[in-house]
This record gives sequence, structure tokens and C-alpha cells, in this order.
Amino acid sequence: MAKKKKPKRFYDYSLLFCIIFLTAFGLVMIYSASSYKAQIDYGNASYFMMRQLMIASAGLVMAIIISKLDYHWYARFAVLAYALSYALMIAVSLVGKKVNGKRRWLGVGALSFQPTEFVKIALIVLLAAVICQMGKKVNTWKGMGMIMGLTIPIAGIVAANNLSSGIIIVGIAFVMLFVACKKSWPFFLCGGLAFSTIFIAGPLATFLEKVNILKPYQMSRIHVWLDPEAYKLDGGYQVLQGLYAIGSGGLVGKGLGESIQKMGFVPEAQNDMIFSIICEELGLFGAVSVILIFLFMIYRFMLIAGNAPDLFGSLLVVGVMGHIAIQVILNIAVVTNTIPNTGITLPFISYGGTSVMFLMLEMGMVLSVSNQIKLEK
Amino acid sequence: MSSNHTHHRKKIAVLLLLLCLCMAGLAGRLVYLMIFRSEYYSRMAEELHQRERSIKAARGRILDARGVVIADNRTVCTVSVIYNQVTDREQVIRTLCEELSMDEATVRKKVEKRSSREIIRTNVDKEVGDRIRGYHLDGVKVDEDYKRYYPYGSLASKVLGFTGADNQGIIGLEVAYESYLKGTDGTILTMTDAAGVEIENAFEERIEPAAGRDLYLSLDVNIQQYAEQAARETMERKGAKQVSVIIMDPKNGEILAMASVPGFDLNDPFTLVQEAPAGAGAKEKQELLNQMWRNPVINDTYEPGSTFKIITAAAGLEAGAVHLEDTFSCPGFRIVEDRKIRCHKVGGHGAETFLQGAMNSCNPVFIDVGQRLGVDRYYQYFEQFGLKEKTGIDLPGEAGTIMHRKEDMGLVELATVSFGQSFQITPIQLITTAASIINGGNRVTPHFAVKTVSADGSDVRRFSYPVKEHIVSEETSQTMRYILEQVVAAGSGSKGQVEGYRVGGKTATSEKLPRSLKKYISSFLGFAPADDPQVIALITIDEPQGVYYGGTIAAPVIADIFGNILPYLGIEETVEESAVWFDIGS
Repeated sequence: MAKKKKPKRFYDYSLLFCIIFLTAFGLVMIYSASSYKAQIDYGNASYFMMRQLMIASAGLVMAIIISKLDYHWYARFAVLAYALSYALMIAVSLVGKKVNGKRRWLGVGALSFQPTEFVKIALIVLLAAVICQMGKKVNTWKGMGMIMGLTIPIAGIVAANNLSSGIIIVGIAFVMLFVACKKSWPFFLCGGLAFSTIFIAGPLATFLEKVNILKPYQMSRIHVWLDPEAYKLDGGYQVLQGLYAIGSGGLVGKGLGESIQKMGFVPEAQNDMIFSIICEELGLFGAVSVILIFLFMIYRFMLIAGNAPDLFGSLLVVGVMGHIAIQVILNIAVVTNTIPNTGITLPFISYGGTSVMFLMLEMGMVLSVSNQIKLEK
Repeated sequence: MSSNHTHHRKKIAVLLLLLCLCMAGLAGRLVYLMIFRSEYYSRMAEELHQRERSIKAARGRILDARGVVIADNRTVCTVSVIYNQVTDREQVIRTLCEELSMDEATVRKKVEKRSSREIIRTNVDKEVGDRIRGYHLDGVKVDEDYKRYYPYGSLASKVLGFTGADNQGIIGLEVAYESYLKGTDGTILTMTDAAGVEIENAFEERIEPAAGRDLYLSLDVNIQQYAEQAARETMERKGAKQVSVIIMDPKNGEILAMASVPGFDLNDPFTLVQEAPAGAGAKEKQELLNQMWRNPVINDTYEPGSTFKIITAAAGLEAGAVHLEDTFSCPGFRIVEDRKIRCHKVGGHGAETFLQGAMNSCNPVFIDVGQRLGVDRYYQYFEQFGLKEKTGIDLPGEAGTIMHRKEDMGLVELATVSFGQSFQITPIQLITTAASIINGGNRVTPHFAVKTVSADGSDVRRFSYPVKEHIVSEETSQTMRYILEQVVAAGSGSKGQVEGYRVGGKTATSEKLPRSLKKYISSFLGFAPADDPQVIALITIDEPQGVYYGGTIAAPVIADIFGNILPYLGIEETVEESAVWFDIGS
């Protein structure tokens, strides 16, 4: 930090560079993972990459614009955005476009988007604002209950159609509350319980299916997760293909563009499963590098959150940090078959217009918070 | 506010720590998958991606003694469909039905089957294959392949044998020399994508096929053709069940021809020559096919009858138990123990020398020779001549000799064996033993294969066959040649004479079992030139109608064959040296 005479405003160029790097790396991997299928299906090897490039570029421009605004300005729209979230989720449940049997898309043609991504950002802003309003009340059971009361209904609506997004939304709220609240033990208890379910998932799932809480298709996912080779026909095939890709990468991988698994073996390789192609082409070295870049990004979030001028800014960044961290961890856990398969994209890298657009908006918010940090003399 | 701030910072730091732990856990999982399980998953992935295609090796050809190709390869096509690549299923079904003239249901079933590759039809003519390829249908593959082709059709069918769908030998020489003819298939290992499309420029391993070796036979196409023609004419003229002719070089056992009619078309070996009876099931049909493919001179035994007197005579002469001038008397029968064994001449031959007895094919004379030898010595010669063992001919399925056990053999059995009854041998055994007796006493191994030559002609490997020397002395051998020449010159084999050549031989008429059926096998064994045998031939006529005497119906066929093949083989006529000279000379 250069010492200058007049106080200078901070701008986190490290984070900006990190975002640009990850997005560019994502574009390269999308091209590598999708070119073979894109050539066959669309006659244009760079079909997916070009689409992603356009949306990401537009998103980046918007992020930079947002980063120059004062973040307190859009706190005013928090309640409106929260209400809009309900409207959008109800609309998508009724008139949304069906893709693979799930209503997840709203809009017409090229202008369609997944409202769940909007819900995430709206909730982050709303919760940050509400927690600030509460002040010390957030440390009470009532305050905590109120925050969860704001989260659970919208998360429930989202989860009805998109379980993984519902989990992410709850996770974001959980992380924000954890940081805001002085209590620690309830969070560790919850976290510990969630973590331990992984180890008793098999028997638990069987019990839940017996009492009709778990649907058969969800049950089969559990089976696939526990033993993909025995349940090849129930979806184990896809999981195995991901594992084949990861396993055949080895230490340094096959080299960029040399993946075989992307040639139709790993389904939608440019999407949720892109990390397996990274593993196959760039090896353990590349995969761990990607994890380290995400960690560095989270570390930057931590710095910004810790130095934010006020609690609202700090909580905004914590929300975004929670969002990114949860998605990265869950995505890699799914791809490596550490948890049951569920559709979660890898931020900045996976192909997906809505996802990258709203991620960029979130980044704009974080950069705007960083821009409000005043460097002392 | 300040305390608030530090507590927030602390919480954020804890959060970061937890996230780091999670990430570290996932990295650990990645290390496990990508280092410790890497080999396993790589192998599984490789198996999924790799497609092995074999490149068929060309099967070695079979050539006759003069280098004429008698078994060759023809390019044919295999038409198959790759399910994932087919775009217009109906079009594919329609086109394949039309071009391959198959019914729609069969083709549809195969085209609509979800398999990585479904073979629609093999052995498709190259022209049809090229035509199908010309349609450029997505997902339809036409691969070229070799198919065995026999330019002479049914020629030597039971000897050559044929190959099956995988180009492997099924019967005959094709089986016996499979390891030489087969060659080694090559392979191409290619990588494919999920749809089964080969990936261009992907790592490809290629192992070139090695063509099989060419097999050169002693069989001569011209002689074989003549022998088959003669056999077929005889079969038709005599209304016989089957007729077989073997022609061999007695000096080394090389077989020049082995004809058995009826034969079958080697290019269509699964079609019965004679219509199967109505209502015959698959099992019956297979039984009939096996019967059709059977080579009777090797796979079947029979009672040789009078031709076997050659062996009895040779044993008697070798043991010194009988001499040419010894006199015998034939009243038309001989009583051995309590049995009265008849001669074929009811009135008897009266007084005769051993030579005359042989010329007359007189049973009592040979019974006497057998009795003079006794069971032990007779049995010893039977074994010494190699009659108890198989000949070792290079064709599969040779039948063994069916003979009395020595301890069960009484004088009556000895008497019947002496003139060729009550035991069974194969025709190839008879001709091989006779050849060994007249060639100077060397037991040869009958065979077809002379050498194999690598596809590029650089490597020649000759076969050698075991020879057992001195089964009889040269003197006995010479006497036997003389006796058998007399049989043809002035005895029962007189119809076997060939103008300008000295021919030796012996006729036989064997009654088939059970005797009450009155069915016969007529045969003649002849060789020429009598003083230096270069060709020996045996004809067996199974169940002739009408006249069935070997001397009458079998001998002339061999005489006719000799008349044609001796000049062809470059064996010169010996006009001035008549057979009568021997009569005076020795």
C-alpha cells in the first residue's frame, strides 16, 4: 500500500484480476469441454464458448459499473427484490419452461433466465439489511428465528424445483447469520449434524424412503452415490464417467484439449461436470490450482469483509463469500462423488448464462464494498 | 461497534478456516482418486474408449504338385450397422433388404438392436458390398474380408475340406494344416467417442496381420480329375453306393489322387447333394452332412478280402514257410478244425503251385500258408508290416484296424484272416502296406503335404515323414512283385493289363456283413511298372449292382487310369520286355 498524502480509496484489483482470470480460464475449459459436442450438435465448435464470452463480458462491464456505486444505494431495493423473488419463483413454478422435466427457466428465447440465481442475490442484500437494522437483537433467539423465517419460505419454494439451489440459499443465510451472531455453538451443532449425515446417509435414506419423505428418484441417487458401479442404469453411468475422467487425469493430466471423456461420455461436460474435464486434462496439479485460486478469492472476500466500513458492507461480502464457497465445495464434492449427485455449477467456470451474469453482479457488489474502504495515511 | 467489529473478524476468520478444511478435504479426495485410483479408472476409461478391430490375415493357399492353385481366397464383404450412427433407420432397412435380399423383419430386428455394432450379413459379394458402400448411408459399415474359394468346386472335396464362417478349417487338409494356413490376424486399436465414432488422430496401435503359409501337395489335379471321372463313371455304370480310388507313389507314400464319389461342392459345403428326407430335423440333416463329408478310404474300415492275400504271401515268403514252386491241392474247400471253409471255385482248383494259387486267388492255398506260419508268427508279421497301427496319413479322423486279439485267435480265425476276412482295415492301410511290400520293404507314411511356403516365398519348409525300413527283405519284395505281375498277366487280375506296361495287382471281392444281404465291395489293387513300381492304385466299389467280381469290374478301371496317367507321369513303355520273360527267367 503506497503511502500518499491524501486518503485514498481502496479498490481490490487482486480480486478483479482473480475474477477475470477465472472467467477466462472457464472460457478456455468450456471450449475444450464442449467443442467436440458443439461441432456435432450445432456445427460450430465455439458455440458454447462464444455465448458464455458475450454474457460474461456484459456481466463484467456491469460489475465494474456497480463497483463504482455506493452499495448503500441499492439496500433500498432489498425488500422490493425480496418480494420480486417470490413473484418470480411463483411465476416460474406455474409458467416456467420445462428443461429435463423441471420448471427452472423464465422468459422468452434468448432472454430467458433462471430466477433462482436472482433469489440468491436478493436474499444476500435483504439479510444484510435486516441484520443491520436489528442491531444487537440478532444475538437473541428471536432475531435468529426472524432471519430463518425470512429464508426458509423462499428457500422452500426454490427447493421444490431445484433442491441444490434451495440448499445453497439456506447455506448463504446460515453463513451470514453465523458471522453476524455472537453465539457460536448452535451453528457448530447444526454444521456438525449436517456433516455427520454424510456418514449415516445410507440407513437414514432407507428410513426416509420408508416413511415416504424421500422420493424414489432421490433414493436411487443415494444408491448411485454409495456404489456407482452397482447402479449403472440408475444414473451411476454418469457418475462413473466423471470418475473415469478424474482418475485418468493422474498427476499432470492428459494436456489441454486431450480429454476423451468429453466426447459424449461425460454428459454436458461444459456444465456441472466441467471440473472432471479439468482433472482429466490438467491433472491433480491443475485441479488443486483451481481450488487454490478459489481459496485466494475467498481470502480476498475475508479481507474486504473484515475491513468494510460498516456491518452492512461486511455482511454483503460474507453473503457472496458464502455463496461462492458453498457452490465450489458442493460442486467438487458432487463431481468426486463425495456427496450424492445434484446439479450445482462451478462458479465462473461452468457454462451458464444466468449463473455467470448474477455472479458478476455479486462481484460488482463486493468490489463496491472494497472501493469504500478508506486507506489510512 | 469496535467489539462488534472484532467479533465479526474473528467469525470470518473461523469461517475461512472451516472453508479451507473443506477444500483440503476435497483436495485429499482428489489425491485419492487421481493418484491411488488413477490406474483403475484409467483402465476402465481406456476399455470404454478403445475399440479393437481385427484385420483378417489372408489364409494360405493350397497348391497341387504342379503349382496349380486348388484353394484360394476371394475378397468378400461383411455388412454391419452401428446403432448410434444411423440417421435414417428406415432408409437403411429398405436398402439393406433390397441389396442383400433378406426379409425385412430380420434386417429390422438387427438394425434396431441397441448394440455397438451389429453384423447384418457376412460373405457378401464384393460387388454388392461396393454398391452398398456407394449409398453412403450413415452408420452402415462394409468391411472387406477373405473367403475361401475352391476353383475346382467338388474336386478332391473330401481331402481338401473347407473352412467355416471364421475362415477356420472344418474338415480335411484345411483342418490338418490349420496352423500353417491360418496366419495371424492383425489388430487396430482405435479410440472412439461415446457414439462409437473413431476419433481422428487419436493414438492408434496397429499390428499388421501375417498371411498364412501356402501348402503344396503331392496331389496332382489332372490325375485327381481323371480318377474322379473314372470313379464317377464306374459308380453310375454299376449303380454303386460309392466308389473310391487312391493313387500313390509307393516309394515315398506321396498321394497323387484320392477320389471318393459322390463328393460335394466345396464352395457350398452345407448343401446336401442328395435331398434330405422330408421332415428331417436339424440333427438328422447334420448327420447327413457329416456322412457326405466323410472320407471313406480313411474314416471307414472294411474286410479287404483277397487283396489281403498279398500280405499273407509276403509273410509266408519272408518266413520261408512257402516258396513259389511249393505245390498245393484245392478240392474246393479246406477243413480247419471243425469248420469247412470254401474256395470261391466250388469245384476246386486241383493241384497247383503257390504261384498258380496266387494267380487263381485260391483260398485253400492261403489258408495252408497261414497255418504253416501259425498264429504267433502270422500275428508277428501282421504287426511288423504296421497293420496294427494307423498309417499316420496327414488327414484327420483315420480309423484304426479292427483285428482279433492274439490270445483270441484260433486256427479258424487264422484261416479266415489269411484270405482277408473276419477283420477290418481302411483302404489307405491296405494300399500303404501293399506299397511297402512291393517297394523293397520300406513302410512309408502316406501323405499329401510336401512343403509350406511363406506368403512372400522366402521361407520354404519341407515335411519329412517316418519310414520303417526292412519290413520285408528286398528278395521277398521282388518275389511279390513277380507274383502280382503274374496275377495280372495270366491270372484273376488279367483285366488290369495295360498295353505297353508291366502291371502287377490283385483283385478282391469282399462280402459285406451280414453275409446274408449278399452285398459286396469289389476292389482291385494295381501297380506299375511291375519291376520298378512308381504308381500304386486301389479302387473300391461299394455295393455294385449286377456283376460284382473285382477282377471283372474293378481291374479295368485301374487299367484305364494307368493307361492315361503313366504316360502323363513320363513313365516309358516297356514293350520288348514281356511279362512272360519272368516266367522263364526265375
